[in-house]
Amino acid sequence: MPQENDQQNHPQKKEKHEARRDFLKQSSAMMALALTPPLVMKAAQHDEAIAGIFEKMPVSMEINGKKVQVTVEPRVTLLDLLREQLDLTGTKKGCDHGQCGACTVHVNGHRINSCLTLAVMQEGKKITTIEGLANGEQLHPVQEAFIKHDGFQCGYCTPGQIMSAVACIREGHAGSPEEIREFMSGNICRCGAYDNIVHAIMDVKQGGKTV
Amino acid sequence: MNQFSYVRPASLKAAIDAVAKDNTARFIAGGTNLLDLMKSGVVIPEKLVDINRLPLKDIQLNGNTLHIGALALNSELAAHELVTTHHPLLSQALLAGASQQLRNMATVGGNMMQRTRCTYFYDTTMPCNKRSPNSGCGAIGGINRMHAIFGSSESCIAVHPSDMCVALAALDATVLVSGPKGNRRIPFTDFHRLPGNTPQLDNNLAKGELITAVEIPANAYTKNVYYLKVRDRASYAFALVSVAAALDISNNVIRSARLAMGGVAHKPWRLYEAEKALAGKAPTEENFRDAANIALQSAKAYQHNRFKTGLSVNSIQTALLKAASV
Repeated sequence: MPQENDQQNHPQKKEKHEARRDFLKQSSAMMALALTPPLVMKAAQHDEAIAGIFEKMPVSMEINGKKVQVTVEPRVTLLDLLREQLDLTGTKKGCDHGQCGACTVHVNGHRINSCLTLAVMQEGKKITTIEGLANGEQLHPVQEAFIKHDGFQCGYCTPGQIMSAVACIREGHAGSPEEIREFMSGNICRCGAYDNIVHAIMDVKQGGKTV
Repeated sequence: MNQFSYVRPASLKAAIDAVAKDNTARFIAGGTNLLDLMKSGVVIPEKLVDINRLPLKDIQLNGNTLHIGALALNSELAAHELVTTHHPLLSQALLAGASQQLRNMATVGGNMMQRTRCTYFYDTTMPCNKRSPNSGCGAIGGINRMHAIFGSSESCIAVHPSDMCVALAALDATVLVSGPKGNRRIPFTDFHRLPGNTPQLDNNLAKGELITAVEIPANAYTKNVYYLKVRDRASYAFALVSVAAALDISNNVIRSARLAMGGVAHKPWRLYEAEKALAGKAPTEENFRDAANIALQSAKAYQHNRFKTGLSVNSIQTALLKAASV
């Protein structure tokens, strides 16, 4: 699993993260006490979850089939959690405003823009990123088709395109080139590989493989 | 993004309390517009109240009325059998908006609450009466190609960006809200406001009020409907103009019509006069043209959006022709 490997490969990095986390935990607890208005303290008694300003809160989710527990500030997007904290950098940050689709991941089976949702909102969710698509060394059929049909040039939008394409086929929105173009319109490719992307998706759809 | 605190209340009452008692708190559902605005520094809440776990996701028939929970996702709603069967216009409008990724996040209530995409509203270095009351309007003397041709004021010429809302306005929907003072129902066409001299107010919700559902009454607009969206690219762009057209045709006579436009006003813009003009007429190209011309009589264009008046006439006529020929 990517994050496991990563911790093994970068032990120093992990320590650094943890040291920073401990520092923030201590300082944020003090800040939270100082800044949290009485109302928030009171609300905490019956609210399902709460985090004060600067305070990190625990979030449990399943990422690429593996249970993950993290602590994050409320303002951290799912995209930034994946990239900055879990080193799952396959998911790209393009516009960071939901206009380009480079950050597309699946949450509970639905494709979404991970830049426009908060990590704290993902409690209990199942998340799949581009790293979770292949089965070991065996590429996912959509990944294979993108290579076969040259569905990219610079490759920056490709993880988002592939995650979106897999969902597009699963949703049943890949019935024709026109339908694919409409339902893939949330993924921008500035190199203009659209034709080949459509060919790749049609190929997988017509090939009848389970995606 | 600026720092904020986060709370996920376990009940509707706790959620309403959290926002009603705190001027700096905002509800968050899908977050697709709010987080975008927060990243741009246009909106800076100090607390987000996450309502996603509240039981407001149901889509069901109550008698003949379609009840849509405020947290129903735009993608779910567009594909729901009750919608495609009874209110296909709404399904078409939903699918014309945003991308599938955004529709998988955006809720019905959030779609209604989205802010204008006026570039002067988004650019915090520019004057904008909506973002910063009494700072002026950058669009009136600026680049106003995307802006309103109906119902604008000297304070604001921004347009409401939703497609879904245009269909809901045409279909005589009702908005259900809960607030500190209890529940109330607001006709959909009274939910959003015209700018007047208070463009900072997009809608008529009171402080702490939360949209809980939208209801659509049974109607005869199940077949002859069309949502036409005209934009700068074929998909995934906001409307220059859009038209929701619904006709009840019997024996080659229009018994009644519903027409609303998007991209032309501060709120979804119902074309009541054109609807009246169509009632009792035959569904012909000429009658559709006449109705479209009636609709545009009250239009007022600005320097860069004059094309919208002609485009609107053509779009209304085209939408009606498409609706009639289904």
